[in-house]
Parts: sequence; structure tokens; C-alpha cells
Amino acid sequence: MKEILELLQTDARLTPGQIAVLLDRDEEEVACKIKEMEENKIILGYFTLINWDKVGEEMVSAIIEVKLSPQREVGFDSVAERIYRFPEVGSVRLMSGAYDLAVMINGRTMKEVAHFVSHKLATIENVISTCTHFVLKTYKYHGTILEDNESDRRLVVTP
Amino acid sequence: MTATVNWQDRINPVVRDIPPSGIRRFFDLATEMKGVVSLGVGEPDFVTPWHIREACVYSLEKGYTMYTSNNGLLELREAIARDLAETYRVVYNPGNEILITVGVSEGLDLALRTLLSPGDEVLIPEPSYVSYAPCITLAGGRPVYLKTSVDNGFQVTAEMVEKAVTPATKVLLLCYPNNPTGATISRKNLLEIAEVAIARDLVVISDEIYEKLTYIGEHTCVPSLPGMRDRTILLNGFSKSHAMTGWRVGYAAGNPDFIAAMRKIHQYTMLCAPITAQMAALEALKNGKSQMKKMVEQYSRRRRLVLHAFREMGLPCFEPGGAFYAFPEIRQTGLSSEEFAEQLLKEVKVAVVPGSAFGQQGEGHIRCSYAASIDDLNEAFKRMKLFLKRRMGRGIVLKGSFVKTGPVPEGKLQSL
Repeated sequence: MKEILELLQTDARLTPGQIAVLLDRDEEEVACKIKEMEENKIILGYFTLINWDKVGEEMVSAIIEVKLSPQREVGFDSVAERIYRFPEVGSVRLMSGAYDLAVMINGRTMKEVAHFVSHKLATIENVISTCTHFVLKTYKYHGTILEDNESDRRLVVTP
Repeated sequence: MTATVNWQDRINPVVRDIPPSGIRRFFDLATEMKGVVSLGVGEPDFVTPWHIREACVYSLEKGYTMYTSNNGLLELREAIARDLAETYRVVYNPGNEILITVGVSEGLDLALRTLLSPGDEVLIPEPSYVSYAPCITLAGGRPVYLKTSVDNGFQVTAEMVEKAVTPATKVLLLCYPNNPTGATISRKNLLEIAEVAIARDLVVISDEIYEKLTYIGEHTCVPSLPGMRDRTILLNGFSKSHAMTGWRVGYAAGNPDFIAAMRKIHQYTMLCAPITAQMAALEALKNGKSQMKKMVEQYSRRRRLVLHAFREMGLPCFEPGGAFYAFPEIRQTGLSSEEFAEQLLKEVKVAVVPGSAFGQQGEGHIRCSYAASIDDLNEAFKRMKLFLKRRMGRGIVLKGSFVKTGPVPEGKLQSL
């Protein structure tokens, strides 16, 4: 199971047939396992990694440190939910250390992000403070180096 | 006017008469072409893991740019001794039983030169790595071939050794997992060979450079066998296991008197292995296990992909248990391995190495390295399939003129 996941994590386009060859398993068995993991929400989706900078699309991302006051019974969970339901929010994580939630947000312009933070995020009850860091450049994302100049430099034939 | 010097007369006849490597011609051919997908490379497609490269940069920043002792860095020898003890329970004293060399290539040359007197015979498996026979000849010895084939899984057997031994036989050279066949050798076979080696008082040089790349069963380290530690010179390095071919660092381990004799040649010809490479090797041994495992896992998956592809193509292929080579048979195409490799390169731009480059026993095979990305492998197999389809197509027309075949669809005609 772990091996199937590792393969899919690096290339979601692999078919059960191809995975079966790579792992020396039965194709049907692999297909069943994948289906089972999809049903159990172990596999949540299949994505394409895109370097949007190259598309020429204007995009701004920011990481926002959010401090909260926890609520009785639910802790941070209900505030977290109020935040992650916004479609512009890319990820929400509860952190140890100086702040509580790390919120990743994507917008078209800086103004749009600023508007979200000041009007939506900061006004949520139990949010004590926010600190917004705009992303200037992404070098590596999801384990992938965006502009990797390391190519195969080996000689074509060697003993 | 000055007379021109005829260098052919001045070159040592031993050197002059060594035939050029069969790989060289393919290298020249393939390098001139564009868009070649290569399965002809005998080294990992991974770049050395970053933590090793980073440690090397740090060592340079710290000013580690000097000679090391002839033996190599003590810390590295200690790490090697630990690795061998933990993995195979073979204990070497890092003080006087391990010598750091410039790759296994230097280790092999040193061992042969230290051992051989003119006329001494060295038993080597065939097919085998291209350097063995020339290095033996250069050291004054005579290579004697143990002919292995697909029928016995390309394994040397005790019987073969026994048959080949003459009063002049001094050394048995083993290399498992094997380049070019990818064969591994069973412990049972090795135990029987060890008995013959002891009975016939042979020294064994064991080149175990592909040892970490073993996919079926467990690797048996030759000196770990009963009675073999003292008569074996173990050669190994970091090139294949840690993707460090260009660093040129390896080691020899064995009897302290023998290592001291090897060191004599080493100190006068090489002085020491580059310190930067030794620092990198140390980092590889200390912290490289998890990255190495990941690479081995990838090779293992590709190995299955390759076997599957050859099965689909209809090329019989022995299942390789180690290294990163497959050695399929191409006899049924009616081509020699050299013709096959050359036509494959010219027609569909896939580079492989003809089996004959590894000795007569390699004829009828090609060596395909699966140290290539899955995308490259798939592309290469797609092209090979097309190439084979054309070959087999022609074969039917030529040989089977009495065989009635149905009408060939139009699209297929073009590709034939």
C-alpha cells in the first residue's frame, strides 16, 4: 500500500497497470487497493503541479500567522473551520510556537489579499492578531524544484 | 629535416597489442547523434545525493585540500570497517587491512600488479567487465575465461574453476552482482568455489562494487565465507551505491602484508585518493543509508519494468538479480550483437552496448542499463519495439516465403 502511494505521489498519472509492473503485482489487485484508498479518503485527490509564474498569470500568495484564543470544548477547531471554508485559503495548519494557525492564501492582487485579511480573517471572533508575509519567490514546492538546472550530464555510452 | 618518429615501434608491445574497447566505437557513434535515448550508460542516473555534495563543499571551505596518508583518511577506513562488520560480519583492522584507492579500477590494478608474475594465469568469468582482461595483461598475467551463459544464470561454478585450474593459475577474479549480465551468485555456489580456491591455493579478488544493488536474496560477501577472509582481496567503492562515479573513490581490504605491498605501488604512483572525494565518501557512509535505499528501490522497480518490456517485445531475458543491467538475447533477429546495437542506434536512436564488448560469451546479447528515468526507459522500449517489428517483419518475408500470412493492413505496411 505504501509503495503504491509513493508512486502516485510522484506521478499521479500512473495507471494501475503501470504500477502493477513496477511493483510486480497483479493489475486488478492494484486497482482495488487504489479504489479502497480513495474510498477511505487516504487518497484525497490527484493534482497537477503548475509553475504559475511561467503562465504569466498575476498571482499573489501570502502566509499569515494567526493568533487565536481557544474556545471551550472545540479548542481551535471551529475557528480553523471558519477560516478554511474560504475558497481563497490554500492551507490551514495548527502550529506549535509563537502563533497558532499558519494560513496560506492565494489571491490575484496584493489588494485582494489585504482585503481578505482585514475584512474577513481579522474580524473573526477569537482571532487575536494576524501577521501577513507575502511570498516573493517560490524555489521548491511539493518536493519539486521549480527551475532545476541539473540535467543528465553523463556520457552517452560508458562501460 | 627531422625524421618522423614511428611511435608504433616505440610503444611497449604489450600496450600496443591490447585491442581498443568495443564500447569506444559506440560511444563515438552515439555522441555524434542528436536525440539519442541511452541505455548504454554504466553509471547511476542519479546525481550524488545533496548531503554528500554539501559536505564536500564544506570540507573545501574548511581548507581540506591536502594529501592524506597513503592509506587514506583513518576515519573513512574506520567507517568502512564498521560497515563491513555490521553488514557481513567480516572484521578488518582499519589500521593496516584497508587501503583507500582511486575507485575499484585502481584497486584492481594494484591487486593484479602486486600478485602477478609473468605468465601467471587469472581466471575471470566471461562475459565480464571490459577492464579485467586488459588489466591482467598489463600486469604480465594471462586471462583465462570461465565461460558462463544464460543456462547457468551467468554464474561461475566450482566445476568450471576446477576444470580451468593449471599449475600456472594464481588468481580467481569474481564480480557479483555482475556487469554486464546483472547476475548474482548463490551462496551455495560460492561455498563450493571457496572449497576449490582453498584446495588449489588460489587468491580470490572479489569486485563487489554492485553489492548494495541486490534485489533478489541477500548478497554474500566473499571474505565472509569460511576460510576465505585471508585469501580474498575485497574491492569495493561508492560509485554505484551512492551515485558517486566521478568522485573516483573506493577501497581494497585484505591481509595486512598484501595491503602493505599494494600500498607500495599506490604510494609511488598515486600517493593518495583525492581528499575531497574521501570526505564525500565518509559522509556517504555516515549519513547516506536512507538515500541509498531510495535509489535501490527505484532501480528495483525499473528492473521489473525492463523485464516486462522485454517479455512484451519477445526478447528472452534472464532475470537479473543485481546491478542495473539487463542482458537480453537478440539471436532470433539474425543479427550479431554488434550489428543489432549499431542498427538500433542508427535507425531508432537507442544506444545499448553489444554483448560482445564483454567477451565472446556476450555475443548474441545486448547490455541495457536501467539506470535511466522511467520516461526514458519507456521511450527507449517504444523505439525498440518498432525496430524489432521491422526486423521480424523482414524475417518473415525472407525466411517464410511459404508461410501464408493474411493481408497486411495499410498502416502496418508503412512501418514494415
